[in-house]
Amino acid sequence: MLPTELQRVIAGVKRPTRRAVLVASAAAGGALMVGWYAFAKDQPRGDGELNAFVTITPNNAITIVAKNPEVGQGAKTALAMMIAEELDADWSHVTIAQADLDTTVFKGQYAGGSMMTPENYLPMRQVGAATRALLIKAAAKKWGVPESECSTAKSAVYHHASKKSASYGALAAAASRFDAPDPKTLVLKDPKAFTIIGKPTVGIDSARLVKGAPLYGIDVTVPGMLYAVFQKCPVFGGKVKSANLDAIKKLPGVKDAFVVEGGSKEVFEAEGGTVSSGLLPGIAIVATSWWQADKARKALQVVWDEGPYGATSSESLAKEADAAFLKPATLSLRNTGDTDSALKTAAKTVEARYDYPFIAHVTLEPQNCTAHVANGKAEFWAPTQLPEAARGLVAHTLGIDLKNITVHMTRSGGGFGRRLMNDYMVEAAWISKTVGAPVKLVWSRADDIGHDFYRPGGWHQIKAGLDKDGKPVAWKHHFVSFGKDKKFASCAGMSPDSYPAGRVPNMVYGASLIQTGIPMGPLRAPGENALVWVFQSFIDELAQAAGKDPLSYQLELLGKDEKLPGRGEGFSTARSRGVLEKVRQMSGWGRALPPRTGLGVAFAYCHLGYAAEVAEVSVAKDGAITIHKIWSAVDVGRQIVNPMGAENQCQGGIVDALSHALNQKITFANGRTVQTNFDGHMPVTMHQVPPMEIAFVLSDNNPTGLGEPVFPPVIPAVTNAIFAASGKRVRSLPIDEKSLAV
Amino acid sequence: MQYRLNVNGTEHSIEVDPDTPLLWVLRDAMNLKGTKYGCGAGICGACTVHIDGEPVRSCLMAVSSLGTSKITTIEGISASPVGQRVQEAWLKVDVMQCGYCQPGQIMEATALLSRNKAPSDGDITTAMDSHICRCGTYTRIREAIKLAAAKEA
Repeated sequence: MLPTELQRVIAGVKRPTRRAVLVASAAAGGALMVGWYAFAKDQPRGDGELNAFVTITPNNAITIVAKNPEVGQGAKTALAMMIAEELDADWSHVTIAQADLDTTVFKGQYAGGSMMTPENYLPMRQVGAATRALLIKAAAKKWGVPESECSTAKSAVYHHASKKSASYGALAAAASRFDAPDPKTLVLKDPKAFTIIGKPTVGIDSARLVKGAPLYGIDVTVPGMLYAVFQKCPVFGGKVKSANLDAIKKLPGVKDAFVVEGGSKEVFEAEGGTVSSGLLPGIAIVATSWWQADKARKALQVVWDEGPYGATSSESLAKEADAAFLKPATLSLRNTGDTDSALKTAAKTVEARYDYPFIAHVTLEPQNCTAHVANGKAEFWAPTQLPEAARGLVAHTLGIDLKNITVHMTRSGGGFGRRLMNDYMVEAAWISKTVGAPVKLVWSRADDIGHDFYRPGGWHQIKAGLDKDGKPVAWKHHFVSFGKDKKFASCAGMSPDSYPAGRVPNMVYGASLIQTGIPMGPLRAPGENALVWVFQSFIDELAQAAGKDPLSYQLELLGKDEKLPGRGEGFSTARSRGVLEKVRQMSGWGRALPPRTGLGVAFAYCHLGYAAEVAEVSVAKDGAITIHKIWSAVDVGRQIVNPMGAENQCQGGIVDALSHALNQKITFANGRTVQTNFDGHMPVTMHQVPPMEIAFVLSDNNPTGLGEPVFPPVIPAVTNAIFAASGKRVRSLPIDEKSLAV
Repeated sequence: MQYRLNVNGTEHSIEVDPDTPLLWVLRDAMNLKGTKYGCGAGICGACTVHIDGEPVRSCLMAVSSLGTSKITTIEGISASPVGQRVQEAWLKVDVMQCGYCQPGQIMEATALLSRNKAPSDGDITTAMDSHICRCGTYTRIREAIKLAAAKEA
């Protein structure tokens, strides 16, 4: 998530003392969570406020609190569905309220890593069951009957023997006087009895969104608010020498213009002295409207101290990579068996080099934050995926006590990992404190694309040896990436367990690191969004060298059913096989195809989920490609919480990967990002989107998330299909159609 | 400068600089936040409104150029039967992920169906291709447009 050292810096900030309100339960595992989420006995509680999550009014209106930020992944709806299911609420009675950041009550208030479902599926259901138990207790007491004889359905409690019933609304005030039940007494529903979980459910904000309701951070208005732009040095690591601030201050609407020196050196150092989610140096312009502030910026004349990275360019980085390949890797990631000997004795060797570019997140809602800092307190309205880190960063940079910082989480116009970093929030805080008024900071698109935490580019040199049966016996892999002092930059690393680790006996994974000032960070399926393309492409090359069908080769390589080392419970070869078999069947793998048309396959284990994809692609003689269809088989466990949102996430993951495959590439020149808007870095638009067919393989595993797993196999499925269609191997992204011409 | 603008059927009086783009007039001077800022360069389509029924990029339209044109935004589009059908279809299909681009998409789709009651797949692609949905809901956008068109038939 965040670089470890940064977390340490933030953790070093004084913690709140209100931990006393937490009710620590001794129960194991997820059951603990109900204790965390219940209000303590001495906590004042309003009528019908059953716990931190559920409030029911006498007219049977049920308000459920969504604790996590909504960035388009469907958290607000899905979290409430989990609670409503076990509560036995009538979904039409439910409204959902977005929680503020409150770590004294809630855990895991973030959006990232496809973790919303796996972290909350059980605890949220327990919250619902605990709330239901309170309502049953109130009814049983009122009627003088045993709780065990009461049942619930559609927001009401029933006692069938006496034919009594009462709505939740009628019972809620009495129920809110009871303490939370012992988690051990809670019985969760048999999934066969689900009426809300598993039912396609329209997003809770959708009806307002189609009417243009102001739900996003950029839509926030607070009384007395001013507008700000913040101009940072276009060269990463640069700072302000001087600027024509007196002239800027005279421009229409401008209230103030000033230099921001930058934030804590400790935060910069914690991030390797290059990447920073802290306060960067720059010039703030504050005006009575955003347009006036941004217009004033166009008149800004700044002399920058460009710092040490002013000569960086995409070409200079590529040259450094070339030089690194001439030497042995400096960092050993994995070394099993005797790879060099095995390569010498192999029946056949295959060698290839792959590279991929930097990519920017470009959330459609640019980064923005409304902040009000005054009298030692700070209040924020912001689209953020990681509000707790924002609070820590602000506390550290501005010297404000954590307990005096309030964060209201607005809806986010996209996240994709960009809003795990909270640089725009600390900027807004600094500007608000300086001008002594609430300030809405809105980045322009140029700010956004020029000051991202980019998906790192990378270069890979791989040599593999096959035995006489075409089975890989050796794999030597040199990865040139970014970092400093043998430590990878954020999200520029490669796991020693990267598949096919564990399936090739002699293996060397090594890396060499280029130091740079370019900020890097998590972008949807961090690491895997590029690495899976490299590995799955090269496995396809091995299948071809072995003269075998690529999909059969993948199944053979998976070998016996077992768990290999990997995230969570490990990498299951059985679940990988499951999605590959499913996608084989879905796509009609092996069928006859028209000339210059091919099928390509790839799979991945990513963020606890398994996905296999097949693409059907034609390559014209001039190199133009047509993606006819993409099939995707996905295993995220036994239960899809909201099939409506789940399918949308899968489609989005595929489309996002196509943007990487076909269009997107960030380049650098003179220490700065070349692209200044969407042109030159376009997400795919409608004409590039093929039909997609998605199927869920329901395996007997706990439900996990869908934001990430579907993404990684898309690009190799497409490029492997290009090979099948044309005999040309794509080893550099984005795909250059000209290179595919006959 | 003082301007009188006809927005969603009502005359409004506002005081802004002449070169202020309609986008920022709507958002910050009139507090109509449904029209979104995405690129400021006419590339993404998030700021699409109707001027006399035609879809335009409000980020590129200076307030001084508007005269007596009738401006319709996402907040007012349900006054048109086509706009209402499009919004209903968007909700039925639940097109949205983050939802930020969707006001612009809905305005473009309403304009398309107003001039072409039964668009082909190709017509839909041509009309909608200048809009970015960063979440990738294009399949659902197409489905919602077809649903809205079918309701007209």
